[in-house]
Amino acid sequence: MKEPEVNLQLAFEHGLTEEEYGWICQRLGRTPTFTELGIFSVMWSEHCSYKNSIALLKTLPRSGGRLLVSAGEENAGLVDIGDGLAIAFKIESHNHPSAVEPYQGAATGVGGILRDIFTMGARPIASLNSLRFGTLDDARTRYLFEGVVKGIGDYGNCFGVPTVAGEVYFDECYKGNPLVNAMSIGLVDTKYVASATAKGKGNPVMIVGSATGRDGIHGATFASEEISEKSEAKRPSVQVGDPFTEKLLLEATLEIIKQGLIVGIQDMGAAGISCSTSEMSAKGESGMIIDLNKVPLREHGMSAYEIMLSESQERMLVVAKKGYEDKVKEIFEKWDLNCEIIGEVIDEEKLVINYQGEKKAEINPQELALGGNAPVYIRDTAEPKYLAETRNFDPGKLPEPDSIIDVLEKIISSPNIASKKWVYEQYDSMVRTNTIVGPGSDAAVIYIKETNKALAAKTDCNGRYVYLDPKEGTKIAVAESARNVVCSGGIPLAITNCLNFGNPYKPEMYWTFKKAIEGMGEACRFFNTPVTGGNVSFYNESPDTSVYPTPVIGMVGLIENLENITTAEFKDEEDLIYVLGEDYEEIGGSEYLKTIHGLVTGVPPRLDLQTEKDLHSLLLELINEQIICSAHDVSEGGILTALAECCLINPEKMIGAKVNIHIKTREDFTFFSESQSKIIVSIEPENKEKFEEIASRSFTPFQFLGVTGGSRLIVNDQDDFSLNHLADLYYNSISKRMTHAIGG
Amino acid sequence: MKPKFGVVVFPGSNCDYDAYYAMKKVLGYDAEFLWHKDKDLKNSDVIILPGGFSYGDYLRTGAIARFSPIMDSVYSFAEKGGIVMGICNGFQILLEIGLLPGVMLQNVSLKFVCKDVYLRIENNNTIFTKDISKKTIKVPVKHGEGNYFADEGTIKSLEENSQILFRYSSNEGEVAEVYNPNGASKNIAGIMNKRQNVMGLMPHPENACDPVLRKTDGALIFKSVVQSLF
Repeated sequence: MKEPEVNLQLAFEHGLTEEEYGWICQRLGRTPTFTELGIFSVMWSEHCSYKNSIALLKTLPRSGGRLLVSAGEENAGLVDIGDGLAIAFKIESHNHPSAVEPYQGAATGVGGILRDIFTMGARPIASLNSLRFGTLDDARTRYLFEGVVKGIGDYGNCFGVPTVAGEVYFDECYKGNPLVNAMSIGLVDTKYVASATAKGKGNPVMIVGSATGRDGIHGATFASEEISEKSEAKRPSVQVGDPFTEKLLLEATLEIIKQGLIVGIQDMGAAGISCSTSEMSAKGESGMIIDLNKVPLREHGMSAYEIMLSESQERMLVVAKKGYEDKVKEIFEKWDLNCEIIGEVIDEEKLVINYQGEKKAEINPQELALGGNAPVYIRDTAEPKYLAETRNFDPGKLPEPDSIIDVLEKIISSPNIASKKWVYEQYDSMVRTNTIVGPGSDAAVIYIKETNKALAAKTDCNGRYVYLDPKEGTKIAVAESARNVVCSGGIPLAITNCLNFGNPYKPEMYWTFKKAIEGMGEACRFFNTPVTGGNVSFYNESPDTSVYPTPVIGMVGLIENLENITTAEFKDEEDLIYVLGEDYEEIGGSEYLKTIHGLVTGVPPRLDLQTEKDLHSLLLELINEQIICSAHDVSEGGILTALAECCLINPEKMIGAKVNIHIKTREDFTFFSESQSKIIVSIEPENKEKFEEIASRSFTPFQFLGVTGGSRLIVNDQDDFSLNHLADLYYNSISKRMTHAIGG
Repeated sequence: MKPKFGVVVFPGSNCDYDAYYAMKKVLGYDAEFLWHKDKDLKNSDVIILPGGFSYGDYLRTGAIARFSPIMDSVYSFAEKGGIVMGICNGFQILLEIGLLPGVMLQNVSLKFVCKDVYLRIENNNTIFTKDISKKTIKVPVKHGEGNYFADEGTIKSLEENSQILFRYSSNEGEVAEVYNPNGASKNIAGIMNKRQNVMGLMPHPENACDPVLRKTDGALIFKSVVQSLF
């Protein structure tokens, strides 16, 4: 096959700018070869280089707390949890592939993040996710939703990692561009941590796992542009997942790491061999000579360009210690996997790619790698015009609803609020027997075997808040994920983030991105929860619309005593119900405004970091005293929704409540306000005095709401809800929309 | 002497460690992994074929696993009266190799299902159920192909020989379609062979042994088996 002539036009077709093409020619001191152009184009794509985000990301707190390895240094950050153990965790997007091929797009998203974790030597112990779709009245949305959930389930279930928590939201803005963010948490003995580095002249470079095919070529570039009518044609850019092979790869990888046979290892995700060879070399300040003839291929006649850019899944690049290559091979043979030496490490900082007797590429790996000399930009910003309008929204003019009962029933039935049972019952949430609290409560709780500890983990982001106030909205995402961890009895440790935004070249979009990063940094510094790493996904736009800016936060906390594990549901009859925190009738950006009035506008709730932190301290103290029966944070849908959830969350033992809620100005505002820093707790009556004494000493205001019991939720002696009816709405709302709509 | 459980490890087993952990660390028995390419059962008293996706199960579940070298040994062990417990994927393998009758179809929902279910004990005079005094036990299911099916004659013969061990039911033991998570014939969750030494069970008792996880009914099955050994 004759290679095309490399020129500026071809560079454009590869998604490079004129300026970038100029830099490539300048740094090489010549026109790049076709293979080199391909390598530069994927390595300098937004997806691999983070060129439009890295400068801002560096402002986030990336060390401190219990962090052993900082963000960016390795595939995922590493957090110390004591007992010689650490956890590695990270979240990543697979939005674009999932928009055109939902099943494989989502499945390979899960596969990719799992590799990120076990390439560090950590065994994945839990998966989470964060999903956004259009609304379920749209047939294509249902197709995407169904395919994504099945893809996540099939991959994780077969691989053998429990999917324990997540979030799913539906809004018109995600219709053409769903968000599929997958998170994985791994556990590693700190003695056996692996690094993604290449060092030591003469050490063999090996490719292990699946053979390399033509799938996924230019996947990284595809992820770095907006979705359009033409995207459907990019379906071949979507990779195909094989969770069984990934499971074998996991076992073999952990064995070679544990036996000390290797210098470094990196998974192959975006940009395949190009990315792993250049990033490992760059990190080790070394180089490699690679012979592509040695790479096991799935198809005949693949060119050097195709082999370098293939994103075939379930592969790893290993730099073995010289002399141990046979032992490495033996282990991969045991697991029936390919394992071939394809080159060796050299001291000079150059990456040499040979194929069929020809040198196809010679590049300094530092020129390619993130953190090296790949381009870095800060884009122009401009405050979005819509904000002037949304800020001026006057909620006072809203008509008052006739019936609070009707409103709560509608909100409980909203797919954003309703139970996600239809989703999480398709995920194995129990494999590995560590799941103490699975999906459906505030945060998942994962047991750390042979200790008295557990992890609490949750993903959170309310895109509406971020759309209406990027900085405050992102602070809230951090605070809410921390609050969820605290409600489970955990101390927030660190976060990972997945920043889903639109086109960074649009100043209004870049402004929201910048503000979101500011908010995240502020909140993370305040809570001492550094960022262990994450992922940026730009270009989440389709011809109709751009998604809400959606910076998803994945928070992990530590529960140091299993006795402290707390869940959201009421436990017993005649317990006392309190709310911790204060309400300000904040209705801007609320689920109430959207579901009842069809509006996404106003000023979203404010967040005071100190108030939030005080609330965490108080609840953790009460939990430590073992006087909290249940704890559930007030979030979307307000206090009435939160109370209903406390009654319904354990379908085997639903417990009603009789409460009195003080109305500030308007019933609907008080009941459905989404003011932050509020938690509903229940306690046994004999602990009343102790509870009130501790709470009175704190900075957090609290209020007695009522008593649990019965099979109804009765509010202010007038609104009376049957739990059976609410449960039907809460648990079956999504499945009804999915089954009744067939053919629709 | 401690009873010894041999847990077979196929390349895609993923509940192998769960079974091992439940036997060894939670219940305090002896346990050892048995690699699928080997033939040695290492003097195990009981063999567990664990859950998972033995060979990825891209073909029919368990269809390839039955040809593993270790399965020859497991087959002769069972023929000689040795106790074999197939859980989930392990059940599917026992059907494929012919140690138990019937087949597994895809769940009627066509979806994977993971949740806690109640099982009614249908026959408590077996080595697998002797120690269970309760009417029902609570254990999780998690599978995509757990819809047990057999022709009428086979079901009849299972019933006549009291080979049905567990049926999906309510907490109180009512057997009805609404409690059936996968569409299995007659709500069948677990069966044994005529000789009563080989059990197949779709739910996962090994995931419900550890008190830390607040579910312990699964342990009753393993305790029954161990009782029968001495």
